[in-house]
Amino acid sequence: MLQSFKMALKSIWSNKMRSFLTMLGIIIGVASVIILVSVVNGYMSSVIESFASMGVNQISVNVTNTASRVLSADEMYEFFDENPDLFEDMTPVVSVNMPLKNGNDTMSGTSIRGYSEAYLNIKDYTLYTGRNLSYADCMAEQKVALMGYYTALTLFGSADSAVGEKIKIGPNAFTVVGVVERQDEDELEEGGTDDFVWVPYTVAAKMGRSTNISNYILTSVSTDNSDECTDTIETFLYSIYKNDDYYTVTANSELLDELNSQIAMMSTMLGGIAGISLLVAGVGVMNIMLVSVTERTREIGIRKALGAKRAVIMQQFVIEAAVTSSIGGIIGIFLGSVVTGVIGNAMGISATPSMGAIALSFGVSVGIGLLFGYMPASRAATLNPIDALRSD
Amino acid sequence: MDGGYGSRDSSSEKFLKGKFTPEKNVAETSGEDSKRTSALDSSKAAAPASAEREPGEPEAVSSEAFLRYQEETYSGKEPLIELRDIYKIYYMGDEEIHASDGISLKIWRGEFVAIVGKSGSGKSTLMNIIGALDTPTEGEYLLGGEDTSEMTDDELAEIRNKMIGFIFQQYNLLPKLDLLENVELPLQYAGVPAAERKERALASLDRVGLKGKWKSFPNQLSGGQQQRVSIARALAGDPSLILADEPTGALDSKTSREVLNFLKKLNEEGNTIVMITHDPSIAMNAGRVVQVMDGKITFDGDVKEYAAKL
Repeated sequence: MLQSFKMALKSIWSNKMRSFLTMLGIIIGVASVIILVSVVNGYMSSVIESFASMGVNQISVNVTNTASRVLSADEMYEFFDENPDLFEDMTPVVSVNMPLKNGNDTMSGTSIRGYSEAYLNIKDYTLYTGRNLSYADCMAEQKVALMGYYTALTLFGSADSAVGEKIKIGPNAFTVVGVVERQDEDELEEGGTDDFVWVPYTVAAKMGRSTNISNYILTSVSTDNSDECTDTIETFLYSIYKNDDYYTVTANSELLDELNSQIAMMSTMLGGIAGISLLVAGVGVMNIMLVSVTERTREIGIRKALGAKRAVIMQQFVIEAAVTSSIGGIIGIFLGSVVTGVIGNAMGISATPSMGAIALSFGVSVGIGLLFGYMPASRAATLNPIDALRSD
Repeated sequence: MDGGYGSRDSSSEKFLKGKFTPEKNVAETSGEDSKRTSALDSSKAAAPASAEREPGEPEAVSSEAFLRYQEETYSGKEPLIELRDIYKIYYMGDEEIHASDGISLKIWRGEFVAIVGKSGSGKSTLMNIIGALDTPTEGEYLLGGEDTSEMTDDELAEIRNKMIGFIFQQYNLLPKLDLLENVELPLQYAGVPAAERKERALASLDRVGLKGKWKSFPNQLSGGQQQRVSIARALAGDPSLILADEPTGALDSKTSREVLNFLKKLNEEGNTIVMITHDPSIAMNAGRVVQVMDGKITFDGDVKEYAAKL
C-alpha cells in the first residue's frame, strides 16, 4: 500500500506536465466550489446580519380590511396586556404623509411615523440627547417629536441644539424632545437610518384624519416562541374579523428562516454548478489514466509476468488516480481560499471558506480520483500479460 | 568432449569444478545427483566423454532412446515441468491455427533445455504456456506437480511469482525504478517484508556482479548489464525454473557469450533452465534441445545429437 503511494508519487512526478494538466481540472473545480460557496455564504451572512439588526423578535400585524370592523388601539393594548408572558413591547405604527419643512425646503427623504413610547426599546436604540416619547404624550396627544441624528443635524446644524426647537410637519408645529443616537457609523444620508421623525401615534392618527390604526409591531419575549405569539395574535384577530384574509401577522424570525433556507438553496445550487466542473475534471482524470494505462501496457505486462495479481495492478492505478486528484484538490483548496479572501475584501464582506466546504471538496476530489480511476485501473488489471509484454 | 546424458546420474562435483565444458549436459550439476555418486565417478572425471556413458548404451542415440533413457534416469521423480498433449488453438476468421498441436514434454529439475524453433513454429506459445502466462486450449500442464491449465489469472500470477524467474530478450526492466527496486519486484509481489527484500535483492545483484550499481537506473547500463540485472531479478525469488526468452537476442556476440556462460553457471549450481531461442547455435549451450515446428516437437534429445543432426 505504502509502496503503491510511493509509486504513484513517482509516476506523477515523472510526468510533471501531464499530471499538472490533469490536476488543473480538479484545481479549478475545487477552487470554484470553495469560492462560490464561501462568497455566497459570506454575502448572505452579511444580509442576515443587517436583517437581524431589524429585530428578529419583531412581529408585524397588518390589518388589510379596515372598512368592515375597526380594531382600535385600545383593544390591541388590552390584548397585549393580557399576554405579558408572550409579548414584551407593542407599538401602533401610523404613517404621516405630510412634508417636513426645513425653512422653505421639504425634507422628502425623512420617514415620519407615529409610534408609542415603546418603539425606542423595540428598535433597541438609545437616546443621544433629550427624552423619549412618553405614554402621557400619546394619551394627551402632545405635538412632540423624537428625531434621528441626521435629521437633527440637517435641520439645526447640530444634534445638541435640537431639543426644544420647533419643526413643522404639514400645518402642525412639533416640539423636539429628543435626538436618537447615531446608528449608521459609516454614512449619514438623506433617507438613511438616521433620517426619521417619530411622533406620538395618537397625533399621527389624527393628522391622517383617521382613528383607524392598521399596523402594529409587537416584540416577543423570546424568538423561540414566535410561533406561539403569531398563533395567539391570529386567534385574537380572528375573533374580531372572522376572516383570516383581513389581516396578516408576520414574525421577522419567519422571514429569517425563509431567508436562511433560500440561502441554503442558493449555495447548494451554486455549489452544484461548480460541482459539475469537478465532474468534468473527473472525466479528465479518467482520460489521462486511460492514456497512462495504454502507455504503460508493457510495464503492466512485466509486473504481471513477475507475479503481480489483478488487485495489485488495480490498486496501483486507482491510488495513482486518487493521489493525482487529491493533490489537485489540496492545491484547489489553497487557491480557492486565497481567491475567496481577495473577493471578500473587494466586496467588503467577510468571506471565509467553511471547513465543511473544504472537507467536502477534498472528499469529492479524492472520490473522483477513485471513481474515475477505477475504469482505467480495471482495464490495466485485466490486461493479458502476453499481449502486454508484446506491446512497445 | 563430454556431453553424454550418461553423466546425468553420476554427476561429480569434482568433475564439474575441474573440467567444465560448455557442451556438457548440465543436468549433472544437480545437487541431488551427487548423492548418487557411483564408483565410476573417479574414472569418469578423467575419462573422455564416451567413457561416461552407461555401459551398453549406443554412442549416438535417437530421440526416442534419449527420452526412454531419461524416463529411466528420473524414474520415480516428479518432473518439474510436464506437458501432456497440449493444444493451443487460435481462430483467425474461420481458420483454426494450432500454435501447439499435441505437445508432450517432461523437464526435470536440474536440466538446461533449449527450445528451438523458427518464428511461427509455436515456440513462443510453448514458452507462454511453460511460463504460466497462458493456459492451453486442451491438455494438461503441470508445473511442480500443479495443474495450471484451469487456473485463474491470479493463481497463474502467484505460481509465476513462486516458481518462475523470467529473463526476456528486451530485459524488460522498469525504467523508472532503480536496479534494486527492479530486482525487488518479484519479492514485493511475493509479500516479502522490506528489509528481507532488500537483503535478498542485493545478494542477487551481487551474484551478477552489479551490487555496486544498485542505485543506478536501467538506462544507465549497457545491454549486457541490463540483461544481468534481469537475471538477478529472475534469481531473486529463488524460483524453481528460470525461463529465458531469447536472452541474447538483443546482445552482441561477446556479451551473448557472457550471458550464456552465466546461465550455464547457474545450471551448474542446480538451477533448472529453459531457454527459448530461434538460433540453433545458441541452443548448443544447453544440455538438451527441443525443436519445435508447426506446433509439434520435431526433435527432443541430447545437444550432441542435435548438433550432429544439423
